Formats: sequence, structure tokens, C-alpha cells
Amino acid sequence: MKQRAGLSSRPFLMLQKGCWQTAKNMAIVIARNLVKDYGTLRAVDSIDFQIVQGECFGFLGPNGAGKTTVMRMIHCFVPPTAGELRVFDMDVVKRPDEIKARIGVMPQDDSLDPDLSVVENLLTYARYFDMPRKESLRIAAELLDFFELRGKEKVNIKSLSGGMKRRLLLARALVNQPELLILDEPTTGLDPYSRHTVWDKLNQLKSGNTTLILTTHYMEEAEKLCDRVAIMDSGRIVTSDSPMNLMKLHNGNLEDVYLKLTGRPLEA
Amino acid sequence: MFISSSRGGHLKLKRIGHVWQRNFMVYTKLYKSSIALNFVEPVLYLTALGLGLGAFVKDINGVPYINYIAPGIVASSSMFAAVYECTYGTFVRMTFQKTFEAILATPVGVDELIAAELLWGATKSMFYGSIIMVVIAAFGLVDSEFVILVIPVLLLSGLVFAEISMIFTAIVPGIESFNYVFTLVMTPMFLFSGIFFPIDGLPSLVAKIAYFTPLYHLVNICRSFAAGKIGVVAGDVIWIVIVAAILAPYPFRLMRKRIIK
Repeated sequence: MKQRAGLSSRPFLMLQKGCWQTAKNMAIVIARNLVKDYGTLRAVDSIDFQIVQGECFGFLGPNGAGKTTVMRMIHCFVPPTAGELRVFDMDVVKRPDEIKARIGVMPQDDSLDPDLSVVENLLTYARYFDMPRKESLRIAAELLDFFELRGKEKVNIKSLSGGMKRRLLLARALVNQPELLILDEPTTGLDPYSRHTVWDKLNQLKSGNTTLILTTHYMEEAEKLCDRVAIMDSGRIVTSDSPMNLMKLHNGNLEDVYLKLTGRPLEA
Repeated sequence: MFISSSRGGHLKLKRIGHVWQRNFMVYTKLYKSSIALNFVEPVLYLTALGLGLGAFVKDINGVPYINYIAPGIVASSSMFAAVYECTYGTFVRMTFQKTFEAILATPVGVDELIAAELLWGATKSMFYGSIIMVVIAAFGLVDSEFVILVIPVLLLSGLVFAEISMIFTAIVPGIESFNYVFTLVMTPMFLFSGIFFPIDGLPSLVAKIAYFTPLYHLVNICRSFAAGKIGVVAGDVIWIVIVAAILAPYPFRLMRKRIIK
């Protein structure tokens, strides 16, 4: 925690650009034989993967493939049934609060506080990270600028459009200046314009050296954002590589790759 | 009280405070629309039963009927405040609003979250009980200024009601199941806890059951304090403390099971 305290005086976007903690190419998420069962259902079936500092890693697959469960294990919401999962070289079961302090999570569903205003949502969230009021006010203002929500500070959540809610969810996920950002279906249900706005923001964060992990079933999203993808099917990782390599190797776009590897179309 | 429930690490009071503060903040935005309703019901009971029935039932144990029931209404208002908060309120935050999911993505842990929800329920319980106490005092239905001592007791009993409610919240399949909780648990407790009549007149089995409910003891405490009798309630207070301690692990255990699959 100490090393983060000193950073708070720096402007937020500068901070995203700094290489202040982990060296490039260092694995910050490591999974070995990771398993998750819900009762008798095996949601995640003994998978291995590594995610390195600064990359954007995508989990691709249809609904029910186990993507969300993997995300939830990484941000310490559900404990693994078996295997090993380390984030920032810490065990997710043993040190969840230290891990969570350094992660930002943008959930699939809208979990904004409907009774609080736009800025109150950010400030309340910042408080959960023990952030001093002054600092959270400054960061909230920067985030609202960055996500083009300036002027909406006092607006009721209920009157925001779907695109604005997504942007606010993303802003909220960044309030603690995370080193790792987890995005579960970041643009599902958005119109093309809002989708491109979110992609644009994510690309900016990526170039600022924030590590991104996302799930998606949009091939275009994966191609646009991800340095590497893992294609998931029925709780397993079928293959993992850069979108470019996969497309070259299988001679088609990612949808063709999926069809070829699993024998069925992705958006079924 | 919360120590037993922490798993692999201690609960951070500060984080419990953050979640409590979130609930408080939302409440301060919404109270205008809900607070009036909380007055209406107790005042209805006081007028309908206190004045209406009181015209026929002149007094109970030498106390005018309306003065007899007024402190009991303080207790029941306090109870229902905690119960509504930790059933419907908590359930909505846990499910439809996904508030818990959002909070649990931060360093706040599930035990801290539940502790905050319980404390918030207890706080509301204390707050609503105290307000009704002011109301009955304004109506001239309180004989002693010692009634002020009821406030800390309301926090404690509020915790018990919050714990009971949270246990139901952890196990109900859906929000409509709370109808059963209210019809089969809360309403009988409300009617048979000595608010409207002394329980010694009841069939002995019913009286025995009533004796074990926390509301019965809270009613006793409120009534005694309102009459300026302080020493006689020690047993009731101890009983509430014991129930709070016995129940404490269960909301945590059951909610953990419900939230973390």
C-alpha cells in the first residue's frame, strides 16, 4: 500500500503511463490447473494461462463457456475449487483485499447505485478503497472529464443513457487507479457509436500501460483491443494466441477460427 | 460480536463504516418519502387502540390503557424498522441492484459488508424507536425522563432484529417469500409480545413462546423506563445481549453461503 500512497499526488492519466511497479512482460496473473465447480457443474475445467503486465488479454467464447467465472476468480469474488490462481504474485484465496485494492472491475451488469448521483457513485466507491476525500474528488473530476461525463455530476443514474452508464461503470472501475482492469463484456448491449467510444477509451488506457483482461463474444472487439486471446468452450481453453496468429494459422477471421476449433459457430 | 465470523483475517472497522455510510447516504436522500409513513402506523395504533379501545379498557395494572401501549409501540416501531431494512432493503441490494457485487469488487470483504448491513439495520431501529419515543412523550404518555435510557437498548435490540432478518434474507428463495416471514413470524411477535395486553393472560404455551421473543423483553424495558423503573429490567437487557451473541455467527455464515457460490 505504501508504494501507492506516494503516487496520489500525480495526475491520474500520468499515473496510467508510468511504469512504476512491475517490469514489462512480468506475469501478473498466473493460473495453473484452475478448476471451478458450481455444485455438479464444472464451469471452469482445469485451465492454465498467464497474463503479462501491460497487455490486453481477451477470453472469447459463447455464454456459458466459463469466461465470467474466470473473471470472478481473478477479482476474488468466487474461490477456485482446485488449482492455483495468483494475481500480483499473491494467492486469491489468501490475500483478496490486497489484490482487490490494485484491481478495477467493470461488471457485466449495471451495478451503479441508482439512488446516488453520478459523482456520488464515484466518491462512494472511492471510499471503499480508503481513499481520502480530497484525492477522490480530484480523481472523480478527472475521470468524468476523460469519459465525457462532465456536466453530468449531479445527474440521477436513472436518467443516464446505456452508453453513459457503461462509461460511468468504467470510470468507477478506475477510481482506485488500478494496475489491472477487468472488463466483463464491456460493450454488450451498446449501440455501435457507444461501443466505439468505449473501445477508444480502453485503447487509451492500454497505451497508458494498464493491463486489461476482458471477456467478449464480439470478434471485432477482440480483434480491435486484444494482444492475445484465449478461446474458451465448455470451461476449457481451446487455444490461446494473438488474434493475428490465430487468423493466419486458421486462415480466416476469429469467428472462423472458433467454428473450426469447436465445430460450432460462436454466436449460437 | 463480529469477531467469530471473520475468516482468515480480521474485520476492518473502517471498511464496515464505509458501507454503513453508503446506506446512510442513500437513506438521507430517500427519507423524505418514507419517514412520514413510519409515523403514520404507530400514531394509528395509538389513536385507534389507545383512544378507541382505551375508552372501554380503562387501565391495565393501574396504568391508563393508552399509556400502557405507548412504550410498546416504541418497541414495535423500532423492531419493524430493522426488519424492513434487513429483509427487503438488504435483499434488493444483494440481488436486483447488485450493490453487493459492486462493493465486493473493492477491498471490502463479505463479512465486513454483512457487519455493516447489520449495524445499519440496528441504527435505523434505534433511530425510529427514538422518534416514536419523542412522539409519545409529546403526547404526554411518558412519566419519566429516564425513558432516554431506552436509546442504547434500542441499538442492541435493533441488532437482534437485524440478525434475525438477515438470517431470513440469506435463505429465502425470492423477495415474495418475505410475506411468509411477516405473516408467520413478525406479526405474531408483534401481537403477542405484551404490547397490547399482559401476556400472563394468554394460554401458558403461548405465553411461554412469547417470553422467549426479543420483542417481549424490549417492550418490558420500554415500559419500565417510561415509568421510571430502571432496576427491574436487568434481566431483560441480559436476555437481549445473550440472544444477540448467540445469533451473531448465523447471518455471516448464511449470507456468505448465499453470496459466494
